[in-house]
Amino acid sequence: MKIVLIQLVLIAVVILTAVRLLRGRGARTQAVRRLGLMLFAALAVWSILFPSVWNRIAKVVGVGRGTDMVLYALVVAFLSFTLTTYLRFRDFEARYTKLARRLALDESGPPQPPQGVPAQQEQPHAGS
Amino acid sequence: MNDTWVVIPVYNEEQVIGDVVAQVHTAFEQVVCVDDGSSDRSGDAAARAGARVVRHPINLGQGAALQTGFEYALADPSMKYVLTFDGDGQHQIADALGMVDRLRAGEADVVFGSRFLDERSKPTFGKKMVLRAAVGYTNITTHTRLTDAHNGLRAISRPVLEQIKITQNRMAHASELVAQIGAAKATYVEHPVHILYSDYSKAKGQSLWNSINILADLILR
Repeated sequence: MKIVLIQLVLIAVVILTAVRLLRGRGARTQAVRRLGLMLFAALAVWSILFPSVWNRIAKVVGVGRGTDMVLYALVVAFLSFTLTTYLRFRDFEARYTKLARRLALDESGPPQPPQGVPAQQEQPHAGS
Repeated sequence: MNDTWVVIPVYNEEQVIGDVVAQVHTAFEQVVCVDDGSSDRSGDAAARAGARVVRHPINLGQGAALQTGFEYALADPSMKYVLTFDGDGQHQIADALGMVDRLRAGEADVVFGSRFLDERSKPTFGKKMVLRAAVGYTNITTHTRLTDAHNGLRAISRPVLEQIKITQNRMAHASELVAQIGAAKATYVEHPVHILYSDYSKAKGQSLWNSINILADLILR
């Protein structure tokens, strides 16, 4: 069964990317991501100049045609892109939530405990 | 009852929020409405009814509004209990009072409202199924035993509140809240509450489709 190798490779890549992206988001992760991107670009250029390179890669890992190989690679790339974007979006959302909350709380002022009869204190403000 | 703050998240409830606040005021002195960036004049209506209003500059979601309300209440050193209450008028004051009384009696650290402990609430069949599934998921993932995890009526005591940090801005916060209360090893009880499904609250309520979004939010934490 020839397809087993590509299946193994793809699954490994998917899991590795996911683990990579889910764990630390420090300088190293970013560096790895950028290296990956550079590698991807280099490969893209290479395959534009020599389209047959995909066929060779496909043969090595056991896929029938180079076009299939490109499709698989794209699926992996797209999934990892979706995940990164989602996580970055979540980070961003958490940050602006904090900012908006700080603004809202500062604007409303502190919750002074009502002394005596709070309802009457609120009334003139409410009437205006 | 100056030791209790009622937190009401409000998003576009201009029609009813005034009445809701007035009603809550009959039993609780301290009410804070978190206006979650409403596009109508909900915040003004709440303020006119006598509530303190904290205004989110932009819409962030109900979970974020609750967390803002919690932080507001925590800034009051004399606060001992917080009650969360929905802004659409589906909750009953008597239930709320009963829940705070149980906290005060020292029965537990947290009292959750549940619409499934008696037969008063009449959710539609679809809603019932989704809520059952939601609480099942919450129970499995948080090691708690509840009958209704997505009920907006909750009473929480200060020490527990201090440990709560809601990060789920949208509706998944209900499960997150339960998870954090479970992780804080707080004691909890459920209190039977009556959810009044008015035409208004039905129109405003969660679409059943949203349960899928909630699940996705929880899984992709």
